[in-house]
Amino acid sequence: MTAFKLMKGNEAMAEAAILAGCDAYFGYPITPQSEVLEYLAREMPKHNRIVMQAESEVASINMVYGAAGAGFRAMTSSSSPGISLMQEGISYIAGAELPCLLVNVNRAGPGLGTIQPGQGDYFQSTKGGGHGDYRMIVLAPASVQEMADFVFLGFDLADKYRNPVLILSDGAIGQMMEKVQFKPYTRPVIDKSWATTGKPGTRNRNYITSLFIQPEKMEEHNLKLEAKFRAIRENEVRFEEINTSDADYLFVAYGLSARICQKAMDIARHKGIKIGLLRPVTLYPYPYHRLEELASQVKLILSVELNSGQMVEDVRLAVNGKVPVEFYGRMGGMMPTPEEIVHHAETLIQYHHAN
Amino acid sequence: MQTEEQVLTDKITASCQTEDEYELVYHKPATLVDVSMHYCPGCAHSLVHKLIMEAVEEMGIQERTIGVAPVGCSVFAYDYMDIDMQEAAHGRACAVATGIKRLMPDKYVFTYQGDGDLAAIGIAETLHAINRGENILIVFMNNAVYGMTSGQMAPTTLPGMHTTTSPDGRDVSFYGAPIKVSELMANLPGAFYVTRQAVNSANAVRRTKKALLNAFKYQQLHKGTCLVEIIGNCPSNWKMTPVEASKFIDEEMIKTFPLGDIKVPAAGDIKTLQSNTHEQS
Ligand SMILES: Cc1ncc(C[n+]2csc(CCOP(=O)(O)OP(=O)(O)O)c2C)c(N)n1
Ligand code: SF4
Ligand SMILES: [Mg+2]
Repeated sequence: MTAFKLMKGNEAMAEAAILAGCDAYFGYPITPQSEVLEYLAREMPKHNRIVMQAESEVASINMVYGAAGAGFRAMTSSSSPGISLMQEGISYIAGAELPCLLVNVNRAGPGLGTIQPGQGDYFQSTKGGGHGDYRMIVLAPASVQEMADFVFLGFDLADKYRNPVLILSDGAIGQMMEKVQFKPYTRPVIDKSWATTGKPGTRNRNYITSLFIQPEKMEEHNLKLEAKFRAIRENEVRFEEINTSDADYLFVAYGLSARICQKAMDIARHKGIKIGLLRPVTLYPYPYHRLEELASQVKLILSVELNSGQMVEDVRLAVNGKVPVEFYGRMGGMMPTPEEIVHHAETLIQYHHAN
Repeated sequence: MQTEEQVLTDKITASCQTEDEYELVYHKPATLVDVSMHYCPGCAHSLVHKLIMEAVEEMGIQERTIGVAPVGCSVFAYDYMDIDMQEAAHGRACAVATGIKRLMPDKYVFTYQGDGDLAAIGIAETLHAINRGENILIVFMNNAVYGMTSGQMAPTTLPGMHTTTSPDGRDVSFYGAPIKVSELMANLPGAFYVTRQAVNSANAVRRTKKALLNAFKYQQLHKGTCLVEIIGNCPSNWKMTPVEASKFIDEEMIKTFPLGDIKVPAAGDIKTLQSNTHEQS
């Protein structure tokens, strides 16, 4: 149980799903995450669980809806174009308050884009994506270990809040092999008396819906959801800090770019530049408060992302003009080297603070 | 002067001492929630809701039945059916039903879908569910228009039929011919029982009820999908009285959508069902 295994991120995630008691997985092939469906197609039947290749991502997400509505632990995964196709279903799932786990192994876009890794789905993941007022809890793994760990955490948070949880990974974390350890896990006891399991004479009928045709009722539901999202913002912010205690400058990066920044930070520190790293682990809820605190300590913040500058908007919101917030990123599946990042940071430091 | 009706009522009252002496010849099923429905007067949706709930009551499967409501006029089906239900996104009922049924194979699962929902936006989910032989019942309410969004053309709109989006009548050369869903789906090996019925006369209602009962029973067999298409109506958007709408079904709708069984199970397939041989509907 506690032994280390060498696994691909996607496979570690699939194995974790089985260990987390995932009752059903529905998916549609898309690179770079087809291994999840393949792994589960092989392994789930051995555990008497349901695994199905659906006719599309539209079907997958609605199968997840049905299974989650019946009270089961249900999950799907895909990559960017497929996640776009699921947005209507995700909105319905959030509206109907169904717990489920979704995984986006982000590839670069827009459109069909490329199968190479990217972080261009930050806006889609954290700012809605589908229609209407809803939020998902978004977890951003930066290692194969976290790909596995966040499956357990994701299912638990989904059940706790009756809300979809998204693991926002990327093609590199999904495809790379690292050692991973599956920790013992006990599934929390969750009341699912709301599920549609068939109405016995002893209770009223259960129905799963996101329809509230009267404005008063709709707003009431919106307020209920918003109270839940507020509780999530208050209780579920997760982040990792490295070298921040003495930092003059700060990198903010998540997932794969945080890995690259960690190396960049080491190089910079070697050169005597005191840079720290804040790695948001939850992208929603976002660690605004901690960033705000750090903004009164550091002189410059650099958001590093594999997109054209999406998360940097949240960094600016948190920092609120206290110190300069800059952005550096590559796109299209291209990776910045740690040296490039350091060079960029040095230039900016020079520009903002040299004289 | 007493009206004829009053005379009749007085006579009946005079002949019965107490209410208990009335002979109860019909009652609404207890599985139907006792509220007034939002449907337009004469709309077939309310009648078919009742038939489904009668079938559920007669089979004693209320505890084991889960319905899936569509997006369409029947979006509020769960307000009327006293069973556990899920409301699906437009067209996705069969995918939702798949998710429910695969996890709970011993429950009875049905979808209730209009022609826009099933035959336009949701035809992929429907076809694939049937092709997989999902062991569910699909109740397909074909009223040849989009009722809920007020009368636009549907994939099942008749050639030449006027709708708000085919104001000069459906031009088949532009939009193609109406899709005969049942004939199409009956070709799939996963389809176990496919029938097309109507509810515009007492006999038609009886046959539809029988078809629904058969379809529910077949779910015990785990042998594939049952598709019960019902020619509904939409007096409001057809711009007809309910009586005219019933006539329109007999005179026009069934030319394109002939009634009757399209695929029936082989006798050997249903012999394990206790006491129920398939009755031709
Ligand atoms: C994705 C999406 N597109 C469009 C609609 C709008 N819409 C609601 S019901 C409907 C058509 C319903 O027609 P039908 O399925 O035939 O049901 P009926 O009302 O006739 O019973 C449409 C287009 C929607 N709710 N969702
Ligand atoms: S609009 Fe048509 S389908 Fe809808 S309730 Fe009225 S008559 Fe029935
Ligand atoms: Mg219709």
